[in-house]
Amino acid sequence: MIIVTVGMQLGFDRLIAAMDALAPSLGMPVIAQTGKGTYQPQNMEARVKIAPAEFEALMGEARLVVAHAGIGTVLTAARCAKPILLMPRRADLGEHRNDHQLATVGKLAGRPGILVAADESELEPRIAEGLALTDWSATRSPTAQQLHAALAAFIENRPL
Amino acid sequence: MGKDSIRVLAVASGGGHWEQLMLLRPTLAQYDIRFATTEPAVAAQHGIADVESLPDCNQNMPIASALCALVALWVVLKHRPKVILSTGAAPGFFCILAGRLIGARTLWIDSVANGEELSMCGKLSKRFAHQCWTQWEHLAGPDRPRYFGAVL
Repeated sequence: MIIVTVGMQLGFDRLIAAMDALAPSLGMPVIAQTGKGTYQPQNMEARVKIAPAEFEALMGEARLVVAHAGIGTVLTAARCAKPILLMPRRADLGEHRNDHQLATVGKLAGRPGILVAADESELEPRIAEGLALTDWSATRSPTAQQLHAALAAFIENRPL
Repeated sequence: MGKDSIRVLAVASGGGHWEQLMLLRPTLAQYDIRFATTEPAVAAQHGIADVESLPDCNQNMPIASALCALVALWVVLKHRPKVILSTGAAPGFFCILAGRLIGARTLWIDSVANGEELSMCGKLSKRFAHQCWTQWEHLAGPDRPRYFGAVL
């Protein structure tokens, strides 16, 4: 199963419509949390919002998360050890106040378990890559290793 | 002294702040770790039943903030941790302030969500916590927060 989420604050019809178009070819159920969007999906189960406990359960079953580049979603996927494919919102299309999601994907691309589609045309190949990922969750990113080491040093009052 | 005798209080509000604390949990688990949060139900979901509960607050809620500061002081006095750290937000900052009163070493780890500038509590922590860390290298600098990596 693939779970698609765009958060609760703003709609993101460009991602929802593109995933709806791809859903029949993915060979597995797709469930979408559509937020404040207006597009009505035809090929995937769509819900405006999903309660946290149910979202957690769905996350547990999912093979891949496809989402807007919201840090909260990235963190949830990381904790649940699920690969996540991010498509950034764009300010020039009225999808957010500014382009901070473009900056976010620029910095997160390439970290373990995180894939980026710059726009809807890149979704299909990136989904295939995301579904093919195995065993990455045991890999802590170099930046995470660094933070864990620094935290241990601080707690033990060793030099940083 | 063994690692598991170092008492650490780790504080995070519900949502993204808590998610980040949970990503640090494998390291925290080596110590005598105590958790505090504004959403104990979520902590219970993650198998932490004996979490301390803090009332939520922010800079626009003066009365709730005063109450939160008192509860934070109570939690800190109850556990007497040697180290206090928070990934945000305001309730964690109050625990750090309370920690200064009992001589704890304190650490603020600013949220990875703050990629453009440090949070308000992060800025305050540069003065009030022993250490203030950002998770974005470009925000670090000599007189600014330090950078030692990120949860992601």
